[in-house]
Amino acid sequence: MSGTFVGMPAFPAAAHEAVRNPTLRGNLRHATHTIRAKREKAVAEVSDWAQLREAGRRIKDHTLRHLDRYLVQLEESVTAAGGTVHWAVDADEANRIVADLVKATGESEVVKVKSMATQEIGLNEALEAEGIRAYETDLAELIVQLCEDRPSHILVPAIHRNRGEIRDIFVREMGEWGRPAPEGLTDTPAELAEAARLHLREKFLRAKVGISGANFMVAETGTLVVVESEGNGRMCLTLPETLISVVGIEKIVPAWRDLEVFLQTLPRSSTAERMNPYTSMWTGTADEDGPQNFHLVLIDNGRTDTLADEVGRQALRCIRCSACLNVCPVYERAGGHAYGSVYPGPIGAILSPQLRGTASEIDASLPYASSLCGACYEVCPVAIDIPEVLVHLRERVVAGGQVTRNGNKVLLKPAKGHAAERAAMRAARWAFAHPGALRGGQRLASRTRRFHPRTLPGPGRAWSGSRDLPPVPSEPFRDWWQRTHGGKDGAK
Amino acid sequence: MRVALFLTCVNDTLYPDTGRAVVKLLTRLGVEVDFPMAQTCCGQAHYNTGYRREAEPLARHFSDVFGEYEAIVTPSGSCGAMVRELYPRMGARARAEGRGSTLATALAAVVPKTYELTEFLVDVLGVTDVGAYYPHRVTYHPTCHGLRGLGLGDRPRRLLEAVKGLELVELPGADECCGFGGTFALKNSDVSAAMGADKVRNAESTGAEVLCAADNSCLMHIGGTMTRLRTGMRPVHIAEILASTEEEPAL
Repeated sequence: MSGTFVGMPAFPAAAHEAVRNPTLRGNLRHATHTIRAKREKAVAEVSDWAQLREAGRRIKDHTLRHLDRYLVQLEESVTAAGGTVHWAVDADEANRIVADLVKATGESEVVKVKSMATQEIGLNEALEAEGIRAYETDLAELIVQLCEDRPSHILVPAIHRNRGEIRDIFVREMGEWGRPAPEGLTDTPAELAEAARLHLREKFLRAKVGISGANFMVAETGTLVVVESEGNGRMCLTLPETLISVVGIEKIVPAWRDLEVFLQTLPRSSTAERMNPYTSMWTGTADEDGPQNFHLVLIDNGRTDTLADEVGRQALRCIRCSACLNVCPVYERAGGHAYGSVYPGPIGAILSPQLRGTASEIDASLPYASSLCGACYEVCPVAIDIPEVLVHLRERVVAGGQVTRNGNKVLLKPAKGHAAERAAMRAARWAFAHPGALRGGQRLASRTRRFHPRTLPGPGRAWSGSRDLPPVPSEPFRDWWQRTHGGKDGAK
Repeated sequence: MRVALFLTCVNDTLYPDTGRAVVKLLTRLGVEVDFPMAQTCCGQAHYNTGYRREAEPLARHFSDVFGEYEAIVTPSGSCGAMVRELYPRMGARARAEGRGSTLATALAAVVPKTYELTEFLVDVLGVTDVGAYYPHRVTYHPTCHGLRGLGLGDRPRRLLEAVKGLELVELPGADECCGFGGTFALKNSDVSAAMGADKVRNAESTGAEVLCAADNSCLMHIGGTMTRLRTGMRPVHIAEILASTEEEPAL
């Protein structure tokens, strides 16, 4: 074994801290197990779940295959409905477009619907740099923003916080951002929700600009869809004069009827609800009703490059339900922050290294942040074979290969730090290709077994730090077989 | 019936008792067992760590060694899943990369003939009561690749329920991964160890003397954690339980 087996950088290092934090582990365990059990029940209620899952997969695959056509159709539909479409190739361009749109309104604050896309591009920070303050209005997003934390979960960004922690955050921080928390606030869910409601209402009624993402965009009608539980999103989508929606290009469905599938699978997979409490849909602008200016910013930010990869492209089917996070035993122990991205958990482990490439330490470590147990694939409502993509990306990390970057085909070199591991793998392959060599090794291990240490030095500590080694037997099976069965193939 | 035993490199080197138990069990059930001496490793560790091309010669070697047999039986859910799930994928990738169909053809020959042990017993031999005797309180951990990769379902459970004297107790969180995951156990040893400790605590809570599974790699991780945590529980491969009889009880 080699130094690189344990010398892995970012993910293991971050997880090292999380695993040793009992509060964090308790919070994550409680939350993921609760939602996991609920989801199982909600899914079991649907007799045609397998067909819905397959339909979702097919709709997404079809859309991705003809994405060019549907994007053009979407632009036409949105424009015809009175909206304006902007195209952003990367995060910087998207942020610049949004900042310019906000500045054009003369406003310096915006209210936001929870959105993965705007987190992905770091919109809040970019707006801050332009003197624009963005207020998150989703309850969990608000908690994260108030304490200048980072989200730890796609659906439940504050999953790593318990009620007591949230109360303290509200009492300490709310006053800095607007209406302070009520006197004598306790940690009961009802009181916490009421404190957030009062704090946010002030912002909803004042804001002239709203920023959203979207769960779906319907190409044929130009309709955008946001699925949420609290109603805060609907306030942001309907009260402001100007609405700016920032959405990844893969979020399209071809037709209105396709929503039928996802509006069943998404809520059951994510919040374990039969239907989510609020489904808001908007199509361009309407006279005297809702926002009078609507802008759609379509972001690529690595998606077209991901689409070029035949195995990896299935990650773009993701509808961000987060079911894979809630069943993942690795996520449960490591927490969302260890993934170093707004997309944590199994989906993050395959999405981030594709959107961002595998050049950085963290991105090269993400494909290994899984025991390949397959629970994520089993729950995925669009049947993304996450273990398959993980192994595919591992190959990219250790062996390099051809990838598409900014639309150009480039040949990647293997990531640094795997040379010793590669040598070990080659040596093992050689031994396995030569049964005699394997046998020699086995015999040597058996003969020296009295001298084997209980714990291993150096890189072997990764095993023996927490687990005992199995004793080496006095005789490998093949020697026993030869002794008792004559060792001739086919002869007994 | 004559079958080839694919024991796997881990069992061969570290757990020869499992191999002896499989031979004893199958022989008792009237199956003629061969152990092709040229066998080595299915290539799973290479493949799953990202060394797909390094795994190819091992897969080809496997098909050379086992191709002629009527059936190939392995006491490992994860090596079984490697052959059945991933060999077709390897063949298809080689073809897609313009390297012809020879690998795909060679691998396709062994894929449908490869059975995990409990699958072979229940589906091919059609038995659930193998005449075993094992007077212990046992909890069963369905390993991930057996459970989700091969879809073993309740086959191991049915086999265990038919064992005389055996008291089977439910393992809380049975479907959750034990944290082994091959090289994952080394690359992410902290998370792996935390998962293993939780698995062992769940097993302990059942009051069982023995944790049983159909894969020695997972048992190596779970067992190593058990002794480190001084639980007094023992990890035992299902083959050893099924091979145990009143005349020749397993220890």
